[in-house]
Amino acid sequence: MSDAVAELVHDGDSVALEGFTHLIPFAAGQEIIRQRRTGLTLIRMTPDLIYDQLIGAGCAAKLIFSWGGNPGVGSLHRFRDAVGNDWPVPLEIEEHSHAGMANRYVAGASGLPFAVLRGYAGTDLPAHTSTIKMITCPFTGEELAAVPALNPDVTIVHAQRADRAGNVQLWGIVGVQKEAVLAAKRSLVTVEEVVDELTPVPGAIVLPSWVVDLVAQAPGGARPSYAHGYYERDNQAYRDWDAIGRDRAAFTQWLAVTR
Amino acid sequence: MSDYTADEIMTVVAARELAERAGRKAADFLCFVGIGLPSTAANLARRTHARNLALIYESGTLGTNPDRLPLSIGDGILADTALTVVSVPEVFNYWLQSGRVDVGFLGAAQLDRFVNINTTVIGGDYEHPKVRLPGAGGAPEIAASCREVIVIVRQSTRTFVDNLDFITSVGFGRGPGDREKFGLRGGGPRVVITDLGVLEPDPVTCELTLTRLHPGVTVEQARAATGWDLAVAPGLGTTTPPSEDELTVLRALEATKTAPKTVSMTGPETGPETGPKQLGGQQ
Repeated sequence: MSDAVAELVHDGDSVALEGFTHLIPFAAGQEIIRQRRTGLTLIRMTPDLIYDQLIGAGCAAKLIFSWGGNPGVGSLHRFRDAVGNDWPVPLEIEEHSHAGMANRYVAGASGLPFAVLRGYAGTDLPAHTSTIKMITCPFTGEELAAVPALNPDVTIVHAQRADRAGNVQLWGIVGVQKEAVLAAKRSLVTVEEVVDELTPVPGAIVLPSWVVDLVAQAPGGARPSYAHGYYERDNQAYRDWDAIGRDRAAFTQWLAVTR
Repeated sequence: MSDYTADEIMTVVAARELAERAGRKAADFLCFVGIGLPSTAANLARRTHARNLALIYESGTLGTNPDRLPLSIGDGILADTALTVVSVPEVFNYWLQSGRVDVGFLGAAQLDRFVNINTTVIGGDYEHPKVRLPGAGGAPEIAASCREVIVIVRQSTRTFVDNLDFITSVGFGRGPGDREKFGLRGGGPRVVITDLGVLEPDPVTCELTLTRLHPGVTVEQARAATGWDLAVAPGLGTTTPPSEDELTVLRALEATKTAPKTVSMTGPETGPETGPKQLGGQQ
């Protein structure tokens, strides 16, 4: 995995690590921290602990997101410190709603320049986010929101398994991973295991090897989030992060150990 | 009658409001659920009064029936017990945006008299706020597109404010006609349930009006917990206290949060639509 991250993630890249509460690619994110990448534009619908860690480590110059919190616990303190106090480096933000972010990935995966949705009308988001514009439907005259496609330089997701040809299978809450991978210029998938054959699983999706640049085996690579069918979410770790993230010294110590 | 807390009556009354609406529909009644207080009330409603309530979470879990309270909108229990699991683009586009959802059930960090909701920033300016909240999540489009919206929030001058620092999700904008002007197809907020009572938008002015108080709560208390001059309905009513059955089911649900299992959930109830604990906390 170390080689895969080194090959695919470069300073200044736009990088999406997706996984909607489930299958969050923590191991890959921490590898980015170890490789001391800087100036990244981080993209993610729900930046949670892994982005708090990347932001606190100074990897990010910009964050594109729609909900930034510690689910079930509270705030992301490294994110708040970066936004409020420019620590350790200033963080530019580009803020959307979930519907807007999801549609931006869909446009990116579809090779379209923008997506259209019923969204944002009457809110204060368009005044602060330049990537939200209102447009008029050429057929009905309705006012709708337009948001530009997201095409990350690299998307990283975690999945349950891949076969030896590099086809990837994931199931449970599948989030926006397929769209994020298809929208990206390069992609890395970390997996719990590599198997000879991908036996069918109800509700599973398959990402063909055609759209996956590299697969890296990383058992437990989604911890402390969960991998459906493999392990449960470590809720205590999410609670424990609150105290670490809240305090710069505690975080710095965590960072030293992680690196 | 057994003792109950302010949070318990709030949750029970919210569950009844949801169940009452579901009861008017013969077919399944679709509810898009925010995490935290809305999720607790929606799951209580499913277990007590409203068997035809179909719960949808923004993680793409449709028709889910968790046997414990989910910790987050992406909790694995939601996928395990769902009728089907769809992608995030699908849940927002095909299900929410299309207008198929009967009711959106939201929390709030702050709201104003027209039930506009802020979950983005408090104080300072947008670039350097005093408090940075998680942001929009699914709320703006839930508030825009569901046929109606129910809000559950603890009432205080920190949550019920005269002017929002940021409008994340639209209730009635600045008053009558604004939803139509913005092209919002859903009907907007119908009721706000708090730990003090129940408020409903005036049918003419759209301004939130106190219509019921929980037993033992006074109008003065409700006014003191509101950051604007609170309108009070003539013939102000009183809510019915939780029944033994409702309390038993609610407490059993709450107990699943602290069950000594790997899935235990003892963190404060904060989520995409509820904001930090300290903003709503009265307990």
